[in-house]
Amino acid sequence: MNAPANRRRWRFRKESFLPYLMVAPAMAFLGLFTFYPMANLVYLSFFDYNLVNPVKKYVGLRNYQTMFFIRRDFMIALKNTAVYTLAVVACLITLSLLCALWFQKDTRLNRFAQTAMFTPHLIAMLSCAMIWSWIMDQNSYGLLNAVLELFKIPPLRWLNSSQTAMLSVVIVSVWKSIGYYALVIMSALKSIPVEIYEAAELDNTPKWRVFFRLTLPLLSPQLFFLLIVITINSFKVFDTIRVMTNGGPGSSTDVLAYYIYRYAFQHFKIGYASAAGTVLMVILMILTALYFAVLGRKVHYQ
Amino acid sequence: MNKALGRKIRRYLPELINNILKLFVVLLFLFPFYWMFITSFKPYAETIQFPPTLWPKNFTLDAYKTIFSGMDLTNYIKNSVIVTATIIVLQTVVMIPAAYAFAKYEFFGKKLMFAMVLVAFMIPGQITFITVYIMMAKWKLLHTLLPQIIPFGANAFGIFLLRQNFLQVPEEIIEAARLDNTPEWKIMTHIMLPMCKSTMITIALFSFVSHWNAYFWPLVMTDSEKVRPLTIAIERLKDLEYGINWNTIMAGNVLLVLPILVALMFASKRIIQAFAYKGVK
Repeated sequence: MNAPANRRRWRFRKESFLPYLMVAPAMAFLGLFTFYPMANLVYLSFFDYNLVNPVKKYVGLRNYQTMFFIRRDFMIALKNTAVYTLAVVACLITLSLLCALWFQKDTRLNRFAQTAMFTPHLIAMLSCAMIWSWIMDQNSYGLLNAVLELFKIPPLRWLNSSQTAMLSVVIVSVWKSIGYYALVIMSALKSIPVEIYEAAELDNTPKWRVFFRLTLPLLSPQLFFLLIVITINSFKVFDTIRVMTNGGPGSSTDVLAYYIYRYAFQHFKIGYASAAGTVLMVILMILTALYFAVLGRKVHYQ
Repeated sequence: MNKALGRKIRRYLPELINNILKLFVVLLFLFPFYWMFITSFKPYAETIQFPPTLWPKNFTLDAYKTIFSGMDLTNYIKNSVIVTATIIVLQTVVMIPAAYAFAKYEFFGKKLMFAMVLVAFMIPGQITFITVYIMMAKWKLLHTLLPQIIPFGANAFGIFLLRQNFLQVPEEIIEAARLDNTPEWKIMTHIMLPMCKSTMITIALFSFVSHWNAYFWPLVMTDSEKVRPLTIAIERLKDLEYGINWNTIMAGNVLLVLPILVALMFASKRIIQAFAYKGVK
């Protein structure tokens, strides 16, 4: 008589145990390679620690003090990152919105253009950076300078001048992602009900007015998400900088991620690099929190 | 007669200009790749010629010969293939049960753990690499391929996407299977998975693209030539002792880009749909 009851209880226990077993591997990987490193990064930032001499020395906030008040280079890197981010975000949002509207209609040419614009998104940033370094070669045989020559414009030094280096890097980043973001905006455009536009058409509303009064407001939640996503992606820029400019000329394209890498793997100052990493992490966490806050509100409205 | 022609022009001209501008945009995005291919078939002397030639005057495979003889290319390609393939397999094995549990079970701590998955998705390697490097050095794994593989065991985005798909599978199907005493793992692999095939392919595609192209992570996680992937080898072409040879550098990039371009040619529609879907979610 007791057997079935026992069995049920055992089964109940087994079943309540099962989901934990199923998520355990995933959570173990995330814990070990994402969350523990995040915590450890903050911890290491309070130490004077390098890979050559493995003795950790507690220094409190001194790494942060050096970073913000003594060394100039951190503030320069932070400023460069902000400039890069601002430029990339502004260009990507406006240009991909424009392209989305322009290539939206389902014609053969538009489909081909969408594929063409999207191609760089799948290609390694490394390859894009190298191809563009070649195109932007500072010599007269560089393709871009040769084109300028056609219009009798004197050659530019692109990546080799501190005035144009950041601009060149921004161009490559925008070129790489524009097709992807245009695609995202296009699928958002498709979700706007056609009836709304039909009503506007009946009223003979001018096109620009339809855009500013209808399309843009209806698109604004999606655009805001893109804004945050692009900002997050821009703050961690590394490949382009490392391949195209090595942070130079001078420190005109030095950015946060490259700064952290340099101090950790070229100067071996792990403690100091961790402090810089912590700053980057805090920035990314704030942006992530913003993202989810807006996501939560959007779900609430629906 | 003239009037009709004028009307025709007025009617089609804007459309024509629009299309020409569109073709110009297409050119802006495809020409750099054309330039890469063309440069890789030029001899060195032709790459430093002014004006640049749009088609190689002297078509040659020298650049490819240089990289094939100058470095152990098979080793790098092998590493890239092993790392990418292993990551995809490992992620799939880890992801399926986790997504299933998050979709179809209620358990204490589920919300917190799922939030952790979402947060992890936002944390890039640029934050975690210092600690992971120290860990890998302590475990004495830096001379193996593992530091490039195991940190990616849990694909946070994949778990999220697959869970969304699992949620759409009707509860009745699972209940029916349970009544038949089908074990849970079999429900997972034989009922749920076949219904989510296209999501699985999409996730594998994202993984392939991001790990085949990975540059930052292998740069910091590899200490010897034996374990370096193709991307790092190609980046090194830049600092060979005899200065910058754009033809060899472009040849290296052709090798890196080719698998992806071929995939895009055969399945462009599918790939683009997958990425558009990713963006909307």
